[in-house]
Amino acid sequence: MAERVGVYVCHCGSNIAGTVDVEGLAHWAKDNLDGVTVARDYKFMCSSLGQELIEQDIKEQGLTRVVVGACSPHLHEKTFRRACANAGMNPYLCHMVSLREQVSWVTSDKGLAYDKAKALISAGVRRVQLHEELEPTEVPVNPNTLVVGGGIAGIQSALELADAGYQVYLVEREPSIGGHMAQFDKTFPTLDCAACILTPKMSDVGGHPNIHLLSYSEVEEVTGYVGSFHVRLKKKARYIKEDDCTGCGICIEKCPKRVVDEVFEAGLGYRKAVYRPFPQAIPKYPVIDRANCTYFERGTCRACEKFCPTNAIDFEQADTYLDLEVGNIILATGYDLFDTTQIPQYGYGRLANVFTSLEFERMCNAAGPTEGKIVLRDGVTQPKSVALIHCVGSRDKRHHPYCSAVCCMSALKFGHLVMEKTGAEVTSFYIDMRPLHKNYEEFYDRLQQEGMHFIRGRAAEVTDAARLPGEDGKLIVQAEDTLIGRQRRVPVDMVILLGALQPRADARETAIRFGISCSIDGWFTERHPKLDPVATMTDGLFIAGTCQGPKDIPDSVAQGAAAASRVQGMISSGTVMIEPIVASIDEARCSGCRICNNMCPFNAIDYLEDRGVSFINAALCKGCGTCVAACPAMAITGAHFNYAQITAELEGILYDAMRGNGHAVAAPEPAAAGG
Amino acid sequence: MRYAYYPGCSLTRSAEPYDLSAKAIAAPLGLSLQEIDDWNCCGATEYISINRNAAYALVGRNLALAARQGVSQDLVAPCSACFLNLRKVDHYMDKYPAVREKTNAALAAGDLHYEPGSMHVRHLLDVVVEDVGYEALQTRVVRPLDGLRVAPYYGCLIVRPQWNGGEVDTEYPTHLDRLLRTLGAEVVDFPLKTHCCGGHMTQISADTAYELIRRLLHNASEYEADIIVTACPMCQLNLDAYQSQVNRHFGTDFHLPVLYFTQMIGLAMGMAPADLGIGREIVSAAAALGKIGQAAPASPAAAPRRKRDDKALPMPRQREEA
Repeated sequence: MAERVGVYVCHCGSNIAGTVDVEGLAHWAKDNLDGVTVARDYKFMCSSLGQELIEQDIKEQGLTRVVVGACSPHLHEKTFRRACANAGMNPYLCHMVSLREQVSWVTSDKGLAYDKAKALISAGVRRVQLHEELEPTEVPVNPNTLVVGGGIAGIQSALELADAGYQVYLVEREPSIGGHMAQFDKTFPTLDCAACILTPKMSDVGGHPNIHLLSYSEVEEVTGYVGSFHVRLKKKARYIKEDDCTGCGICIEKCPKRVVDEVFEAGLGYRKAVYRPFPQAIPKYPVIDRANCTYFERGTCRACEKFCPTNAIDFEQADTYLDLEVGNIILATGYDLFDTTQIPQYGYGRLANVFTSLEFERMCNAAGPTEGKIVLRDGVTQPKSVALIHCVGSRDKRHHPYCSAVCCMSALKFGHLVMEKTGAEVTSFYIDMRPLHKNYEEFYDRLQQEGMHFIRGRAAEVTDAARLPGEDGKLIVQAEDTLIGRQRRVPVDMVILLGALQPRADARETAIRFGISCSIDGWFTERHPKLDPVATMTDGLFIAGTCQGPKDIPDSVAQGAAAASRVQGMISSGTVMIEPIVASIDEARCSGCRICNNMCPFNAIDYLEDRGVSFINAALCKGCGTCVAACPAMAITGAHFNYAQITAELEGILYDAMRGNGHAVAAPEPAAAGG
Repeated sequence: MRYAYYPGCSLTRSAEPYDLSAKAIAAPLGLSLQEIDDWNCCGATEYISINRNAAYALVGRNLALAARQGVSQDLVAPCSACFLNLRKVDHYMDKYPAVREKTNAALAAGDLHYEPGSMHVRHLLDVVVEDVGYEALQTRVVRPLDGLRVAPYYGCLIVRPQWNGGEVDTEYPTHLDRLLRTLGAEVVDFPLKTHCCGGHMTQISADTAYELIRRLLHNASEYEADIIVTACPMCQLNLDAYQSQVNRHFGTDFHLPVLYFTQMIGLAMGMAPADLGIGREIVSAAAALGKIGQAAPASPAAAPRRKRDDKALPMPRQREEA
């Protein structure tokens, strides 16, 4: 039976109609394309009235297939499939053609736009006639959740879920949860102490009956799919028996080996080879740093073991592996600070009194290496003048083009702390001040009142080459003051570089491991930048906090909570529908060569030894088509993308060429067996 | 390794020691520098600011000759100004069709033609660092420059603009630093390493030039450098020949000899100073060079032990040199 196709061309206001002759296109489709029963154009196909138009035509005109030429299927494919389903048609018999993202938005040439629109509509009409009815499968959702990253965003997610009564596994790579926020001294703009507001949440996590805290652990492997992920975790050896350790800290006190703490103290302070990053660490158990421990280096020492009152030290401990079953995963893996030695003209690493923002946070912190005293690198001298350089590595085409969002406010906070603690003169070198959120502008105003100086201009260099009177023995910050159009040289004692927030060094590996994508910069990509900021294109995987992009504490917390609430929604609905667009193997044609087995990025293909053929687990398959293309025997078919459908689509695109060659373009014949 | 060599006018006169020393070290380092036949002046900085088309043709002629003579794809210039001009014209002819057409029209009068991109213009410093390499250079060092405190002075022309400098850090290059360390010298962290020496400003506004020169000399002596080492004839001339005038002008008392990096390489390779043109500088390097060989053999410096009451904060970890 010949299919009866309805073609609907959307104006999208003027988005499409401004470039493409939509009315002409609809008429052309009706007159020229085989199988088209109805063709209409409409102002907004996605509106209720537009959808009703389709439903009405299906019922009254007996349509068996629908093609909608509108925006990208990412946006409205669901809408139109639902409309078709409402009228009793299988939703997979509806096809969307992107006339906006792929035609009207990418050219201003109306002639070319019309030609391409014709080709795409023709392709859609030919392909849709070969569509098959598909049914999604329903799978249960495991109510347990994995949260990766124990910074403030991950803590918030874990607590929200645990408080709602669900089991949470919180994985943290470092010995303690707390993340960057635990390193900070004060938080802007309220100036409340970061530890005072963070540590209660940390101890809630530590003591929560529904949270299984897995610190000093990393995710090794993730398999499975939304609703039932299998996660393999590596619990790194602490060399301390957690069951026996009381956290008394005698081992730390007795350890003779001192090393620079590059992580928690940002390189500004020391820790022992057996250590706990900070006093309020959760969990309380220390870790022996194998790379720096004298016993592991030379085979003697064991001072910690001798003094431990509960015999909790275990040098023989090995990494252990843990397998978890979870329904959803939240990634909250945070950020790294830009390596400021990459901008050598600012002198970090060469000039002793140039500090990074994270170093300064530690310096200001009462529990930090200087006990909160603001001093130069010699450890004793108070600075009389301090310069703050904004946008170090951000808003810079050579490094990161984006704005790091938090540095302006950090600089204001630093300015306040310096003036309060030392009375030093503070000068900020900024490009634009961006105090964006609630009470931030007021804080900027307050700092201006308090007498902080602001010079609008990106600092050119920090040098110790004195040239003018008063510069000897100082660090000189040179910048063009763009408000007065003059070069300025400001001699100071201390320079603080507000480094960019950048994606974790291993963000791309993490993305691959969890099956999500990264932006060009390396931040994890959300499903929709405005309307779906914590979901990803992979079902069951959510992102929160700075792993998605630079943001401050309130925004990270909001995202942590948002991701948790999305997961709760998944859990309470109990089941999830899985797309039927998957690949399958025709056993009769499979030679068992196993080429496809390793190609599959989702590990969905198994080899059945007894039958000598490969088998695709439909629940794991994402329908990417890699195996379909790889199979030398053409034994694999991608549902919704089978050979006949794709050939028909190509013939449709070549409509003009085929006509010109005198070929008859008849309605495509449905292929016999999947094709 | 064969290279087409473009010495430029300076190296035939004021910077003759640069030419001498470059040629002296070339053969032992495995570099064959073959001078372009019938080359002409690159126009320096003046011509290009007065009449661009003529300036492009002047430089284009050298590029065309080098391409036609076919010694090598690599055209080496020891002078930073020549290097910049050659590179600039090659780049402009590639990027702007109008420059390409006009320049080639002018070259046609002399029966020449230049296809942009056919010569790869390089500075001698880049050739030594990249093609010879630090390791190979190290094996040639027989008289390390132990104890000599050296300020590496790159000048402003070889690292800017960015398309010109290639992989080198435009703001804070370190390849000359590393080269001099390879020779055994103690390299000071010279903050003004890429600042301008004043160029031909000595002829137009002497006061401006003197101030620029003074900053460099002042800073190098603040860092207790024995000597300034440069890769540019202009820089050498300004810092060396105008040093006494600067002293007179500001009432200062600088005695900082300025030598070429090629001379330092030659010294470290054990060559006689006279063969490298040393002794022809105006501020004598004799006293500074007296330090070489006289310094006691350096004992491996033990990391200073931290005193119990030392409150100093650790310095940031430095990046590994690439």
